Amino acid sequence: MRTPSQPCPPRADAFSKATGAERYAFDQQPEGCLFAGAFRPGALTGVAHGRVRGLDSASVRAALAVPGVLRVLTAADVPGANLQGIVHKDQPVLCGDVIRHAGDPVALVLAESPEALRTGLARLVADIEPLPGVFDPEAALKRGAPQVHAGRKGGNLLLGALIEKGDARLALKSAPVVVRGEFSIQPQEHAFLETQCGVAQLLPDGVLDITVSTQAPFRDRFEIGNALGLDPFRIRVRAPHLGGGFGGKDGATVQCLLGLAALFAAGRPVRMAWDREESVLAGYKRHAVRLRYALGAQKDGTLVALSCRLVYDTGAYAHLGGEVMELGMEHAAGPYRIPHTRIEGRCVYTNNPIAGAFRGFGVAQVSPAFEGLMDELAARLGLDPLALRRKNALLRGDENGSGVRLTGSTDLAACLDAAAAHELWTTRETWRKAAPPLVRRGVGCVAVFNGMGYGRGLPDMAIAKLELTEGGEFLVYNGVADMGQGNASAFALLAATELGQEPGAVRVVMPDTGRCHPSGSSSAGRTTYTYGNALLKACAAMREKLLARAAMPLLVDSLADLELAPGAVRHPATGRAMPLAVLARFLPPEDRLCVSEFLMPVAQNPPDTGKDFLIGFPHLLFAYAAHVARIEVDELTGRVRVCDYLAITDGGKVLHRQGFDQQAQGGVAQGLGYALFEDFRQVQGRILTRDLSTYLIPTALDVPDIESLAVDGCEKSGPRGLKGVGEVGINGPAPAMAAALRQATGQWLRHLPFTPERVLAALKNRKPRRRA
Amino acid sequence: MKLCFTLNGQPVAVDAAPDKRAVDLLRELGAMPDMPDVKDVKEGCGTGECGACSVLVDGVQKLSCLLLAAQLEGREIVTASGLGDEAHPHPIQRAFAEHGAVQCGFCTPGMVVAAAALLQANPNPGREDIRRGLSGNLCRCTGYVKVVDAVEAAARELAGQDAARRNRAVGKGKRKAKNNAGSTS
Repeated sequence: MRTPSQPCPPRADAFSKATGAERYAFDQQPEGCLFAGAFRPGALTGVAHGRVRGLDSASVRAALAVPGVLRVLTAADVPGANLQGIVHKDQPVLCGDVIRHAGDPVALVLAESPEALRTGLARLVADIEPLPGVFDPEAALKRGAPQVHAGRKGGNLLLGALIEKGDARLALKSAPVVVRGEFSIQPQEHAFLETQCGVAQLLPDGVLDITVSTQAPFRDRFEIGNALGLDPFRIRVRAPHLGGGFGGKDGATVQCLLGLAALFAAGRPVRMAWDREESVLAGYKRHAVRLRYALGAQKDGTLVALSCRLVYDTGAYAHLGGEVMELGMEHAAGPYRIPHTRIEGRCVYTNNPIAGAFRGFGVAQVSPAFEGLMDELAARLGLDPLALRRKNALLRGDENGSGVRLTGSTDLAACLDAAAAHELWTTRETWRKAAPPLVRRGVGCVAVFNGMGYGRGLPDMAIAKLELTEGGEFLVYNGVADMGQGNASAFALLAATELGQEPGAVRVVMPDTGRCHPSGSSSAGRTTYTYGNALLKACAAMREKLLARAAMPLLVDSLADLELAPGAVRHPATGRAMPLAVLARFLPPEDRLCVSEFLMPVAQNPPDTGKDFLIGFPHLLFAYAAHVARIEVDELTGRVRVCDYLAITDGGKVLHRQGFDQQAQGGVAQGLGYALFEDFRQVQGRILTRDLSTYLIPTALDVPDIESLAVDGCEKSGPRGLKGVGEVGINGPAPAMAAALRQATGQWLRHLPFTPERVLAALKNRKPRRRA
Repeated sequence: MKLCFTLNGQPVAVDAAPDKRAVDLLRELGAMPDMPDVKDVKEGCGTGECGACSVLVDGVQKLSCLLLAAQLEGREIVTASGLGDEAHPHPIQRAFAEHGAVQCGFCTPGMVVAAAALLQANPNPGREDIRRGLSGNLCRCTGYVKVVDAVEAAARELAGQDAARRNRAVGKGKRKAKNNAGSTS
């Protein structure tokens, strides 16, 4: 069962990457470059919360005695605020007073070689007085709990919020059927193959020049500027192709440390690349969440009310904790029509690793809860689980769980109808019954969704710059990082089509704050939508301009008689043409540029709720999907084998089928790892799964031939009708696995991941299967 | 110590500490005069788990983060950039590009090397064989479906090329046989 290969022009970066020619931030190692590394004492001692008394001075002398070790920098050397954070500036670049998680850095070492750096770092000892830590978000909210940020107003509660419509408590009391469930979801590692890395250099003119693996180069300037006391406009950030991001490179990773190192490098370039262990210790994670749910319905399955309480563990620093929880809460009621909802959320500081953005941004955690309840409800009422979803699925014009009227494309019903008609679903009973000995089979179906863009209150803006070069070529100055999703290629394709050029004729400049315009982060399923719209406007302006400029030399009175053709402006009536390479020479440089912007629309009549969110509530546009999974469970080992997986996605109109399928299949694979074996382990803030042997991500043997289908929709506000599809795919696998396991084992698993141990325990809770 | 080996067809003589890792030596070569730049050899974990640093050593897939530089002595090393370039991609590389097996691309050079080793050992693998053959190379972007598609397509193309070569060889053989007919009987 495979998706047939779709005829598609290859991505613009396909050949440079397949032949190994592409160069990443990781590959930057200029001549004479120094090497910087952070000293993270908690990672060695296991102390996650402690007062920093200082570095042991003998150890500093010993480190500096290593040939090639040049500097040992501490918080006292940081010239600026020494604080970073996208929304709340609460995370020191180097900790001078307190470490709040085991990966916190207290010193930065500069050396002539990686070997000297390693030796120097190994000699450092920090004097840290352990403080009582708090590692459970609910314990952190109790009176007398250790304070992660001492003296902070609000204590360990980063954000408490409520989304409410109608009266869910009352409606649940009178609902004929109520199902309840508690869930716990573990953190997840992004595990991009390229770890956090970059190079920085203080140039003779005082500009700090940084090339870094980042999802937000324009914002990075302000992070670095604030933390280090530098003029953000004297910082140049470049973002070549990323070796993966998934949210984990949205926000400062190496940026401020690198900037600091460059200030002490006497003008030499400095490289910093975290190794895999450091990437695990210091990198951001998907939030662990605890969820308590109640869902009420009529006897016929019509949903009446939903109430839930969510607790997000944001770890030591805020990062995007409040915003991640916001999106989770906004999706907590599922893609369903429910008149009464009450969604409470608390995002809490602990001494655990820092949680932040990760594909599915808070939504991947609520999906197993609302979908688990739908399966429980279907079982209770004896209804077909897919039909129950279809009956309640949001349609265009409905109000969603947060009270937003859906005016954009909403094609979940089409996804579910396609799933219901698919062979994987129609043959599920015969397939299940044909299980071989010692194997249980199960089939699950789920409906998921994911909002697009930053949400109301945080303008989601992109500015596209398009140039006709002196040589007559088109150049797109891309302002949004490409972490592998292929937006740079999508921009080239959009522009080529709009400008009447051959695919591949438009080149793309990768994000560079010195050459491109700020266009927001590569995140939130917004990249191709927002920048793409801005680019189409720039292309239209360019076309109009070029036709006008060509009219005189072509002696044509009416612009309507001209067309932009591959490499030329043509006058079809006479066959006369002006090659772009010639036309370009007529134009002064500033006339060869078009710059246009686009602002994503927001909900015009936002619901009167969610007042606790400062920014980002609510969202207006959503991508939807229906997923079907078939699994086999080994009765002896509890091991789950995913036999078939189907993802039917509503992403509006599809621009590039291959790129669309890449997002669906990649999201599903990452979600299957999350659901089944990405078992992030920590004890008292100390991470136990520090490498890819203990933290397992899917290999080619762990995922099936995921079939990706598209429903033929159209989002009118999107460039060529498209919506962002990067995120929605990861929200399906965890609930789909739970649904399939429920059928295979007769047990409702509510604690992720569904490891063989947990599945085996579930099997043992159940009476042995009768043998035929 | 002085090391001599062949890298992507080019003889290389270089001084390296014997305890240097092969991946570090290879990635640093490009900065030295007249040496090939093989930064296509990536490092994703440093502990032999991800496969991004895969290279062919005498035709066998090896993880260069687990090799010492000294182990390259006298060997023939091929990296992804040695298999083909953008103007002349190897059939495996072209299949990766055309079948959408490339996303962020950081695992891709290692994956291409693994595919080359696999197809050398088994020119006609089924999808399960391909999955097993690539299971030492992690990819976080693709979900592997299009990677398997690409290797399948490359296998078909290489088999076609092989068949064409064999046919040509058989043709030559026939002519030869004819020419030699008198003397061999």
